[in-house]
Amino acid sequence: MKFTLNWLKEHLETDAPLPRIVETLTAIGLEVEGVEDRSGLLAPFTSAYVIEAKPHPDSDHLNVCRVDTGRGEVTVICGAPNARTGMKAVYAAVGTTVPGTGLKLVLKPVRGVESNGMLVSEREMGLSAAHEGIIELPADAPLNVPFAQLLGLDDPVIEIKLTPNRGDCLGVYGIARDLAAAGLGTLKPLNTTAVPGAYKSPLTVTVEGPSGCPLFVGRHVRGVKNGPSPDWLQSKLRAVGLRPISTLVDITNYSSIAFGRPLHVYDAAKVKDGLTARLAQAGETLHALDGKTYTLSADDCVIADAAGPSALGGIMGGEESGCTEGTTDVFIEAALFDPVRVAATGRRLGINSDARYRFERGVDPAFVRAGIEIATRMVLELCGGTPSEPVIAGAAPDWRRTISMRIDRPFTLGGLDLPAARSVELLTRLGFKVTSSGDRIAAEVPSWRPDIVGEPDLVEEVLRLEGYDAIPAVALPPAHAIAKPALNLAQRRARIAKRVLVVQGHAEAITYSFIPRAEAQLFGGGQAELVLANPISADLDCMRPSLLPGLLAAVRRNVDRGAADVALFEVGQQFAGDRPEDQCVVASAVRRGNSGPRHWAEKPLPVDVFEARADAMSVLAGCGVVADQVMVMDGAPSWYHPGRSGTLRLGPKTILAAFGELHPAVLAALDVKGPAVACEVYLAAIPLPRAKATKARPALVVNDLPAVERDFAFIADKAVTADQVVKAARGADKALVAKVTVFDLFEGASVGEGRKSLAITVRLEPKEQTLTDKDIEAVGQKIIAAVAKATGATLRG
Amino acid sequence: MSEVDILGNDLAGLVANAATLDALEAVRVEALGKKGRLTALMKEMGALPPDQRKERAQALNVIKDRVTEALAARKTELERAALEARLATERVDVTLPVRPRPDGRIHPVSQVIDEITEIFAAMGFTVAEGPDIEDDFHNFTALNMPDDHPARQMHDTFYLPEKPDGSRLLLRTHTSPVQIRTMQSAAPPHRIVVPGRTYRCDSDMTHTPMFHQIEGLVIDRHGKAHMGHLKGVLAEFCKAFFEVENVTMRFRPSYFPFTEPSAEVDIRCSRKGGEIKIGEGDDWLEILGCGMVNEAVLRHCGLDPTEWQGFAWGMGIDRIAMLKYGAPDLRAFFDADLRWLRHYGFMPLDMPTLGQGLSR
Repeated sequence: MKFTLNWLKEHLETDAPLPRIVETLTAIGLEVEGVEDRSGLLAPFTSAYVIEAKPHPDSDHLNVCRVDTGRGEVTVICGAPNARTGMKAVYAAVGTTVPGTGLKLVLKPVRGVESNGMLVSEREMGLSAAHEGIIELPADAPLNVPFAQLLGLDDPVIEIKLTPNRGDCLGVYGIARDLAAAGLGTLKPLNTTAVPGAYKSPLTVTVEGPSGCPLFVGRHVRGVKNGPSPDWLQSKLRAVGLRPISTLVDITNYSSIAFGRPLHVYDAAKVKDGLTARLAQAGETLHALDGKTYTLSADDCVIADAAGPSALGGIMGGEESGCTEGTTDVFIEAALFDPVRVAATGRRLGINSDARYRFERGVDPAFVRAGIEIATRMVLELCGGTPSEPVIAGAAPDWRRTISMRIDRPFTLGGLDLPAARSVELLTRLGFKVTSSGDRIAAEVPSWRPDIVGEPDLVEEVLRLEGYDAIPAVALPPAHAIAKPALNLAQRRARIAKRVLVVQGHAEAITYSFIPRAEAQLFGGGQAELVLANPISADLDCMRPSLLPGLLAAVRRNVDRGAADVALFEVGQQFAGDRPEDQCVVASAVRRGNSGPRHWAEKPLPVDVFEARADAMSVLAGCGVVADQVMVMDGAPSWYHPGRSGTLRLGPKTILAAFGELHPAVLAALDVKGPAVACEVYLAAIPLPRAKATKARPALVVNDLPAVERDFAFIADKAVTADQVVKAARGADKALVAKVTVFDLFEGASVGEGRKSLAITVRLEPKEQTLTDKDIEAVGQKIIAAVAKATGATLRG
Repeated sequence: MSEVDILGNDLAGLVANAATLDALEAVRVEALGKKGRLTALMKEMGALPPDQRKERAQALNVIKDRVTEALAARKTELERAALEARLATERVDVTLPVRPRPDGRIHPVSQVIDEITEIFAAMGFTVAEGPDIEDDFHNFTALNMPDDHPARQMHDTFYLPEKPDGSRLLLRTHTSPVQIRTMQSAAPPHRIVVPGRTYRCDSDMTHTPMFHQIEGLVIDRHGKAHMGHLKGVLAEFCKAFFEVENVTMRFRPSYFPFTEPSAEVDIRCSRKGGEIKIGEGDDWLEILGCGMVNEAVLRHCGLDPTEWQGFAWGMGIDRIAMLKYGAPDLRAFFDADLRWLRHYGFMPLDMPTLGQGLSR
């Protein structure tokens, strides 16, 4: 909402300076977005008199002007065709910066004659694109006065951002009313007395029951002369960004801005018989004033004559019945429209108009008659003519209501200890009719405030006038002297998972929760119920079933930017369906390229499945899972390489994580060049820690008896896993075997087709006495037997 | 000069002239070995008469001690020289790059969420969460935005396909539905913050279709959670988060369907040279919206507004991360460009705590 300072002052008697007005507007909830004050910029450009303009001796289009600036006489060279002897123009002295060009004027000869300054055009002043000639001031303009002052261009334009509840401030008058209530001045009264009608309106108005138009007031004015509106009206409209059209139309726009009271004017000669507010018949069309033709639905409110819709109620008039220069009889409409219906129609048809904007937010139901009287006066004054008696159909909905407020609520809700009398005073200033009784006050809400519906609204009204700044900030009393933890277990695990993965060298990505549907399908998703009905773009249309597509796309972008080795992770939600329980938090990590950059001492290795498993294990360990209890099994999802992937489980059924090389087909589909590996840790699958009575750990049992390490190499079938061999060795003597590590793997002709050699180190830690050679030999035999029994492997000879 | 003295001088000269450890060993054998010259003289002593023998023995022992000491000293000297010579050959170029260590980064949004959590934890808040895919009731209706409410249109909502019953799920447009879920699932009082992803159909330099919000909610008896407390909580938060002594805040009356009274909050800042500094200057920067929970919202959650009241606020996490740490383009937050993450990200052990300070 834009208005000028002088326009405001037409309704508000105040001597408050502009900064105070701006500050107050924001403080009472009418947030000032900007103030455009051109007076400073235009101040150096003053009125001057052209004593003589004669052709330049060396030019066929330049004039040499002798100019009286009011400060002395100077010579100015001017190329404008309208420069002539005896005119009043706008003079800029040497040294002035011209706003439209940003150039500073210097003293310089033009074709041998020195030009001491410049006579300026509207374009040079940044006022318009007009460059046909220099600005001409009225003949009676005094000399050496800033021309902005003479033309009213020094009126600052204030723009406020209104919240949707404040329809009452969509008119300058309403803003003045709110400022007056805030103590910034006095609201000037309006002349809304009835203009007597000279005849009965030849056009009738009718309101059909559920039409979305409860009240329709109209007036016929005969014998008007329509044409360009006077300068004062045009400049007012221009200042707030509206284009002047014709006097009659400009009056309706003026009413909208000045009073938040939209009007419409029909060329009465083009209306058949009378106007009816009714619901449209589906399929009816209206050729609207914006030049477009709209097809209407049975939910749209129209103002129609016998021939069909003439206007879309509360939104836009029709082209055919609009006023033109030739209009002699006008019919003025001031009506009320249902905000919900106006909003729905406007939205469906995509029409944004000043009228819709106001009706949607609520137009004062008690200002309909006032609106038509003010408009009638303006028409008579600016266009002449004779007014009819008004015609009225329907009635304003009952807006009267009284709201009760406990007098302590400004404090108990608003935190501001305010005496009851002060609340009464402030509400009264806002136009409420207030009565007090006991610990309550009753406030009758003024017609222009449909947003006030309950006690908290009244609290807000007194608070905003008193100023939110007046509310003292108080500390929230703590519930406990030392605060309890803020995070639950799942939140803590998600947080730990991030830090753990960063320690492993990953950078944390946050990627969109929606991905291309085709990619979702590669990762087990893409169900119809997870495809957005209105995606922002076709490649962000489906809720992700896994974090990997987003991470892999990020890998691709990084590789395209020249990064060869990429390690990225994300901890975030993925969606198996559209129910809340289908959403779960997963820690997923991707590695691509080599394990590290090229190095002078060590050759980096391509990333492999074991790194992915290590990433997964680090997250599990961080979340409190004991590594020894985790089983490494098959069964990774289809987007992994079937032979180079696996799952981590607690028991055969609880899958904690999947890991592996990514399936080459999936990488190809995502246009990612490998090698690339990934892991996905299902944080929610990690069991809760067992509830323990104490945080104390079991006592540490160690002794200083020497530990012994022995190596064994087995020849086994290729299908035998390292895990099987290690488990068998560990189980051979649980008391003595402390640790089993695989340190060599060999496959080749020397060990036989389909077979492999696997070498392990077994660490024996005696508990009671130092091991003898005999003891060690005995354990060795047990280990060989146990491995042979479990896997069929034999000791390598 | 006696024969013994001559031998002593001779041997001392040999020791001093031994240039290598091997040469020194040869001197030791020549002097003290089984067939050594000194050994030979010692052996010959037996043939001397007893009165001469004693004198001779003393003289020889002096020489033997002298030679032994000289040998030891020369050995230490030669060993040291040998070590120095070896070390000189072992020199490496210590400017060569070390073996690469893991060098990951935490995303600024995670870091800032951790910082915020830390601050509100200290004020007795817990962290609540809710689903990203929401229903109309929790995202709008219960928040006092009925079907026809104009504010709904301002939300640029992403919708999922229509169900057979005509209903449509949506992506939550704010974290506020978690207010509803919290109030519905547990009895008051409540003190929660809700960090999370939110979605709106909008995209430019300052808007992305997905972004992060943090919601706060306090519900208590009348008078125990009023607007003064709201101001207090937010003032403490701003001071702690921006790590400045004083933050001047401006509460402006505003409008949200789910709060009444409502306010928007600006903080004082300076914008000199295109750089935003909090806690100084004479400019204002809008950082959040807040207000007293609307009675209609309480009723939707089954709370009696004559007994319970409270306040709520919502703030853009990405936005305050940008303000604090200076990343200019919101879109880069979700691009996972390693160069950006290395520049704006955080080390894993930069765990924000109030005890050690939120940031370095």
